[in-house]
Amino acid sequence: MLNIAGVHKVFNAGTVNEKIALNNVRLQVKSGEFITVIGSNGAGKSTLMNIISGGMLPDTGSISIDGKDVTRWGEHQRAGLIGRVFQDPMAGTAPNMTIEENLAIALARGEKRKLSFGVNNQKRELFREQLKLLDQGLENRLKTKVGFLSGGQRQALSLLMATFTEPKILLLDEHTAALDPKRAQLIVDLTEKIVERHKLTTIMVTHNMDQALNMGNRLLMLHDGGIILDIPDEKKRTMKPQDLLKAFETARGGETFSEDRFLLT
Amino acid sequence: MNLALMGAIEQGLLFGILALGVYLTFRILNVPDLTVDGSFALGGAVAAKLIIGGSNPFLATAVAFVVGCLAGAFTGVLHTKGKVNALLAGILTMIALYSVNLRIMGKANLPLLREETLLTYTKALGIPNLVISGVTLLTGVAIVFAVGVLILKLIIDWFLHTDLGLDLRATGDNPKMIRSFGVNTDSTTIIGLSLSNGLVAVSGAWLAQFQGFADVGMGIGMIVIGLASVIVGEVLFGSSSIFRVTLAVIGGSIVYRLVIALALQAGLDPSDLKLITALIVIVALTVPTFAKGIWKKQVVRTVKGGTDGA
Repeated sequence: MLNIAGVHKVFNAGTVNEKIALNNVRLQVKSGEFITVIGSNGAGKSTLMNIISGGMLPDTGSISIDGKDVTRWGEHQRAGLIGRVFQDPMAGTAPNMTIEENLAIALARGEKRKLSFGVNNQKRELFREQLKLLDQGLENRLKTKVGFLSGGQRQALSLLMATFTEPKILLLDEHTAALDPKRAQLIVDLTEKIVERHKLTTIMVTHNMDQALNMGNRLLMLHDGGIILDIPDEKKRTMKPQDLLKAFETARGGETFSEDRFLLT
Repeated sequence: MNLALMGAIEQGLLFGILALGVYLTFRILNVPDLTVDGSFALGGAVAAKLIIGGSNPFLATAVAFVVGCLAGAFTGVLHTKGKVNALLAGILTMIALYSVNLRIMGKANLPLLREETLLTYTKALGIPNLVISGVTLLTGVAIVFAVGVLILKLIIDWFLHTDLGLDLRATGDNPKMIRSFGVNTDSTTIIGLSLSNGLVAVSGAWLAQFQGFADVGMGIGMIVIGLASVIVGEVLFGSSSIFRVTLAVIGGSIVYRLVIALALQAGLDPSDLKLITALIVIVALTVPTFAKGIWKKQVVRTVKGGTDGA
């Protein structure tokens, strides 16, 4: 489904601040895989997500999605294939537009925009049906401006908007990190429900080790711009956060894993 | 109502089109666009030149719209593709248009006195003044203007609710989000700036025909008048929905003209008008901020703790 071959990305090349963000990264993702990605700050997680979404172009290497070479495609060109939810609950929705208008934009993902009404009764019916899945009562608030919703509700809506057109790849960029534990759990549950429902190929970055181990069916650990651990489903199921730290130390030849933001539980 | 106030309403409606154009960039796209001063005079110049050349005034106004769109597109390309700051891109186009307008007109002022214009057509309709118990409320001309402006307003309302219109609004509201849904924000910005300046040019074309001449300086200060109309309109008439705010913006334009007319009647010199315009904008911009500050303090005092939407 997704094939990343020999991707290299350097920031500030040739200066004292030179930083190799991705170092010859190879990754093959099969259709229906749900990958969780962990790694310390500066490991290259965000760069990897941006390289996949088209927000950044790689210096060398190639990226193909569903057999199509998209290496040189811009973000808006790849958007037809990729759904994305950001960490910031404010980032995925337009606050001064209504819930139904936001959904209409999501529904038109990657299509040529026409001069017909963005929202009609037929679409409203679909939106209501989809919003019911979120269990937030939003199906009765189609004409509410999104800016009036809570962070958790906005993130739930972002998740729905990113997924209900069934993109080839879903990117989740620490999408629960900015929420309180209760709302974060709600979004985690919704994520699993929606990914399962549409069998979406998903890549999720997280700082929460428990999330990384409990969710999905493959785990990647990034360090210094490379993938240092690639743990398959069977092995992942038996692991605890401590095992993950040990695996890191083994892979790095004794270096201990240090990351303040990491949550062990 | 006296003659000056009647004229103010007619002008307010006419400048309402300008206000709708400014609303598209200033509020919908969230881009301050100074092209307006140039594209307003451009519309007047193009329409006047064509009418003098024997064109039908409707056709001349339509061409003014298209040429205004081109001016907006130029600013849009400078801003999005050339990465020039939006304010600077607008100023550059505006300055360039001054020379272009002189070229089009051939001289600084083109009179339209004996030509057939939209005003001639309007008067030919013979719509009577709206008189209630001896007081003239609206002139026949104002009624025709009102219908014309309302039709334009409804077209804009419709456009902003189409798929493309939703993208335009989202471009001003959350560009990162709309890009993630496959929309090229460069294109939507260029489209928005084009439409806006097209409307502004129509307003200029309409004014030239209404006042009977096009002048190379007729665009000066139009951006501030447009902003004044948008801001005053929103403050006085609300902005809860697109339908409401486009109406409010036209209302703001009329109120602005009435204030100016009253100021003149009160004995102020016409040369003070720009100062008054600036003061109106300053008051309309700052008063709601201060008022909100006071209101917020009161709310905090009375309702302890926040409300949560969840």
